[in-house]
Amino acid sequence: MAQAVAPSKGMTFGEAGSALAFAGLALLSIIIAAKAYTPEYAFHAYLFAAASVAATFAIVNRYYERPAQRPPQTIGGKPNYNMGPVKFATIASVIWGIAGFTIGLLIALQLAFPALNFDTSWLSFGRMRPLHTSAVIFAFGGNVLIASSFYVVQRTCRARLVGDITPWFVVLGYNFFIVIAGTGYLLGITQGKEYAEPEWYADLWLTIVWVAYLLVFLGTVMRRKEPHIYVANWFYLAFILTIAVLHLGNNATIPVSIFSPKSYIVWSGVQDALVQWWYGHNAVGFFLTAGFLAIMYYFIPKRAERPVYSYRLSIIHFWSLIFMYIWAGPHHLHYTALPDWAQTLGMVFSTMLWMPSWGGMINGLMTLSGAWDKLRTDPVLRLMVVSVAFYGMSTFEGPLMSVKAVNSLSHYTDWTIGHVHSGALGWVAYVSFGAIYCLVPWLWNKKELYSMKAVSWHFWISTLGIVLYISSMWVAGILQGLMWRAYTGLGFLEYSFIETVEAMHPFYVIRALGGALFVAGSLIMAWNVWKTISAGQEVEEVSQAIQPALIAAE
Amino acid sequence: MSFWSRHKIFETNSIILVLGVLIVISIGGLVEIVPLFYLKSTIEKVEGIRPYTPLELAGRNIYVREGCYNCHSQMVRPLRDEVERYGHYSLAAESMYDRPFQWGSKRTGPDLARLGNKYSDDWHRDHLKDPRAVVPGSIMPSYPWLEQNELDAKSIAQDLKVQATLGVPYSEDMLKKAENDIRTQANADDPNTADLAQRYPNAQSRNFDGNPQKVTEADALIAYLQMLGTQVDFKLYDNKANVR
Repeated sequence: MAQAVAPSKGMTFGEAGSALAFAGLALLSIIIAAKAYTPEYAFHAYLFAAASVAATFAIVNRYYERPAQRPPQTIGGKPNYNMGPVKFATIASVIWGIAGFTIGLLIALQLAFPALNFDTSWLSFGRMRPLHTSAVIFAFGGNVLIASSFYVVQRTCRARLVGDITPWFVVLGYNFFIVIAGTGYLLGITQGKEYAEPEWYADLWLTIVWVAYLLVFLGTVMRRKEPHIYVANWFYLAFILTIAVLHLGNNATIPVSIFSPKSYIVWSGVQDALVQWWYGHNAVGFFLTAGFLAIMYYFIPKRAERPVYSYRLSIIHFWSLIFMYIWAGPHHLHYTALPDWAQTLGMVFSTMLWMPSWGGMINGLMTLSGAWDKLRTDPVLRLMVVSVAFYGMSTFEGPLMSVKAVNSLSHYTDWTIGHVHSGALGWVAYVSFGAIYCLVPWLWNKKELYSMKAVSWHFWISTLGIVLYISSMWVAGILQGLMWRAYTGLGFLEYSFIETVEAMHPFYVIRALGGALFVAGSLIMAWNVWKTISAGQEVEEVSQAIQPALIAAE
Repeated sequence: MSFWSRHKIFETNSIILVLGVLIVISIGGLVEIVPLFYLKSTIEKVEGIRPYTPLELAGRNIYVREGCYNCHSQMVRPLRDEVERYGHYSLAAESMYDRPFQWGSKRTGPDLARLGNKYSDDWHRDHLKDPRAVVPGSIMPSYPWLEQNELDAKSIAQDLKVQATLGVPYSEDMLKKAENDIRTQANADDPNTADLAQRYPNAQSRNFDGNPQKVTEADALIAYLQMLGTQVDFKLYDNKANVR
């Protein structure tokens, strides 16, 4: 007893504090469940209670299992990276991806064959469509962003993630938010604002998780061993900060009661509309663009083993992109009751946004200078390069559609849906697949993916799917827009609305076929990821990873 | 020191980078959104616009719950074909009590901003139950549960109260009678209908779903659909009143 070598083991402030906080949350949740106005809300309160009890147990159990010493910051001079949460989020993104794409396929089929709504509330299109959008954007995309950002920030800063429980709280808490949001839609709990459907309590929970995310990310950046913050981290930081601001602004609601899932937004009518699209378009700009550009800025140079094409272009790209995106929201509200000057301002900035977008595309593509031959041999790099090409295409289409004259035709039609999917499938999903294919061997210490051939198959099958999807939606959208405004020689509207609906049927079938191919591709990826982890060839020695080079400011 | 080397300050100080990002992203939003709370055209008062009755509000909440906004817009644009197809273009004032706004962004189905009084209650009831029974080519899902579920309006007074806190002109009297008003509006023979119409001018009171046994979700939703876009009398509306 007298000469204890090891320091005595004690709970850290974080462990004790978070265990207590979760115990308190469990208690609160049970009280809310007991007094909930609706059974659906009670169900969510019980989910919160169960998750909180599990969290408390996990924290205490982890304390008893762990050695007295905290994990060191470095081992043998090399940073002791914390990759557990990254692994979890990577796997979660693969699973959520398949779920989200499959739900997308179902709702695509519902539009072609309405019997597939099955006359049940849970499966009806109006509830499934938010489930699809949230599953692909926030569940699939969000997990890719969290996984890649935690990986990239550690590697480029040469520092272990800040926090002990917090990184796990971010990853698990975020996925719990997804579960609450998704089950809520099916049960009819929604705010009725596109891409911001989760109700007040889910929003509150996400706020806590997001603040923790910012703290872990920023803390790790501050701990960096490198003098400069790498360009990918600028984009991740802008994404995390801006999403926080947007989330708070667009979800400013007052709940009917703490025992009710329902809340009312403090903005109304035209003000609510602009706040919503300020949020909505910048969810595109910062969640689906800035975050994934960060992936581009790390994974493409890394995979191509070339430095980022232009350091100066990345500076211009970064600041102009984040400055201009924020203005673009009103292009969702052309010819509405929003004042004209706001619409025009939105249109002008959306058009200008073409430039920084293509600046980023050029910076990504030209990074392959001298390594173009790799496209022939490396299907992972091919996925990422094609994603940047799709990014270029949809960031050209977007400004075009934001022009009021074009928008008067395209708005409210399936052209918009096609545009969104050329961005979402071609850009976001492809660059994510590329990142996942890079990350899995790196994280699980494997030489290479289990099957490169399977990556090739994934690439070609989903590319065919995307082509079917976007081309059918172009035709459908433009046809729809033209039919709505068609006049007969006598000056009457030529088509009743239902005729325009019936005209969409063949295109909805083709679209669903494209979606089915995309789902098939994602299943190939899941198989490949699974085989890589379980049967991939181990790396003999841990090699020092090459840092993507970026010429620092003189 | 070259121009580019000045960027070093952002690359080497994370807090300065954070502040830089926050300032840059704040400008656009502030410039576009803040004026909307002061401009005449976005805060104009138009004759006839009143807050939703408790039954209409409950119906609107069902509209939100079922995600109708995913396929239906509520915003007629001032374009020739839309005005002819749907009616007068939408005014900002017509959604001033909409929390959340439901302008929508997709017309898989037609715009609903001026749906009120275009079809009969029976048509709506049949259409919600099975859209293809009345519109053969329709791809809308069926909503058979609406006419079966009793409307849960126990907390409707609290709903109104929250809205009153946010500035919707619901009076003490309206809050007190909210729960009763639900039953009153769903029954044409209720003795309080005149009283209700006084509190909420032009409120239509009748049994919307044809089932006298109970007030259902269909009652509420149809009451809401039947008032959509009917509040402003466009024969009297002066579109120059707010032009400066």
